[in-house]
Amino acid sequence: MASKYRERLLAIVAWVIVWQIAALTLGHGGLFLATPLQTLAALGQLLPTAAFWHRIAFSALRIVAGFLLAVAGGLILGAAGARWHAVRVFVDPVMQLIRAMPVASFVILALLWVSGSNLSVVVSFTHVLPVVYAGVLAGIADTDPQLLEMAKVYRLSWMARLRYIWLPGIFPSFCESCIAAMGMCWKSGVSAEVIGLPDHSVGDALYRAKITLSTPDVFAWTLVIVLLSALLSAVAARLLRAAKMRLCGEVHG
Amino acid sequence: MSIVMANLCKRFDGKAVLEDFSWTVDRPMVLMGPSGCGKTTLLRILMGLETPDSGTVSGVETPAAVFQEDRLCPQLTAGGNLVLAGHGLTLREAETELRALGFTHSDLILPAGKLSGGQKRRAALLRALLCKDAKTLLMDEPFTGMDAELVAQAAAAVVRLAGDRPVILVTHDAAATELLGWPVRQFAE
Repeated sequence: MASKYRERLLAIVAWVIVWQIAALTLGHGGLFLATPLQTLAALGQLLPTAAFWHRIAFSALRIVAGFLLAVAGGLILGAAGARWHAVRVFVDPVMQLIRAMPVASFVILALLWVSGSNLSVVVSFTHVLPVVYAGVLAGIADTDPQLLEMAKVYRLSWMARLRYIWLPGIFPSFCESCIAAMGMCWKSGVSAEVIGLPDHSVGDALYRAKITLSTPDVFAWTLVIVLLSALLSAVAARLLRAAKMRLCGEVHG
Repeated sequence: MSIVMANLCKRFDGKAVLEDFSWTVDRPMVLMGPSGCGKTTLLRILMGLETPDSGTVSGVETPAAVFQEDRLCPQLTAGGNLVLAGHGLTLREAETELRALGFTHSDLILPAGKLSGGQKRRAALLRALLCKDAKTLLMDEPFTGMDAELVAQAAAAVVRLAGDRPVILVTHDAAATELLGWPVRQFAE
């Protein structure tokens, strides 16, 4: 385990060195490619400011809200789609359309419907929904039919079937899709903000850094987004695991 | 109460699996016959998982079953599985019987998915025997994967816990049949 982390760390250090060399080679004081140190310095300047944390809270709240709404919607639609074939036939084309639509088209349309400040809620919701929906459907398909027959013969209650058979069947693919979607909603949410430019958002800061040609700031904000996305994915994974143990009566041995 | 099967017929893809099968079971009985002769299909009809093409079944009230496969929830302990299907069975009662069939403390805290094949089979057997509201028992090869000594212990538990309820126990194990001491019906091909 420790050697695996060391390997990974070494690879990252090697890439940072490549980054430094490339930035120095391109020159122009980091205009085209900021050096690692310039990025860290830019980040160092951002970190103590209230505006920085305000922006993060603003964007994170909206992106996570969109994510949570999509998880709830995906669960309901996925369950309904698995239960009633007609629902699935009806919903599937919309999900495929959403998956295929570029973020930009969505943002332009969404700007007509909602205020700019809530844009990332809509965009994060629409990007996560099809992923969770597909995950729930796959999970339900994975549920063990032999255990369902057992539940029928033994007259298990509806709650017991849900808790001990359906949920453990659905959880693996549901968790996988949630964790993947958490990464995606940050990408799509911030892209939407860069297009829609709601005040006090991370996307707005990224755009400002671009128009002032402040490459180190672009790098610093990008680094922040990557770290936030990774952090929230890890939190989601941990919460889902805890929920699974609690809900499904799982034991470890 | 007895299980009454009258003129049951069942075909799969044109092949007759059950043909005009009639039988009345009012106490524990053993059904023997070569594999693939329709015993499992018969039990599935009795459990309500298959419908016969013709004929009738009555008297299968609140059954408990040992399936051909173990069908345990893999994330729960053996005791947890017994309680889940036990309709009022306590964990204490479940674990007492599991211990009597050779479960140690460390086996009792393992998730069922990590138990050995023989242990899973014993848990599946006890799940049926200890189900509190079961008025009939349907058991499909319950002794699979057990050695002679365990079969003896398990057969004794079956006789003790089944009582005089109507039971159909399918097996092709002649030694186990002898240990049970129940009337035997040979399933003719």
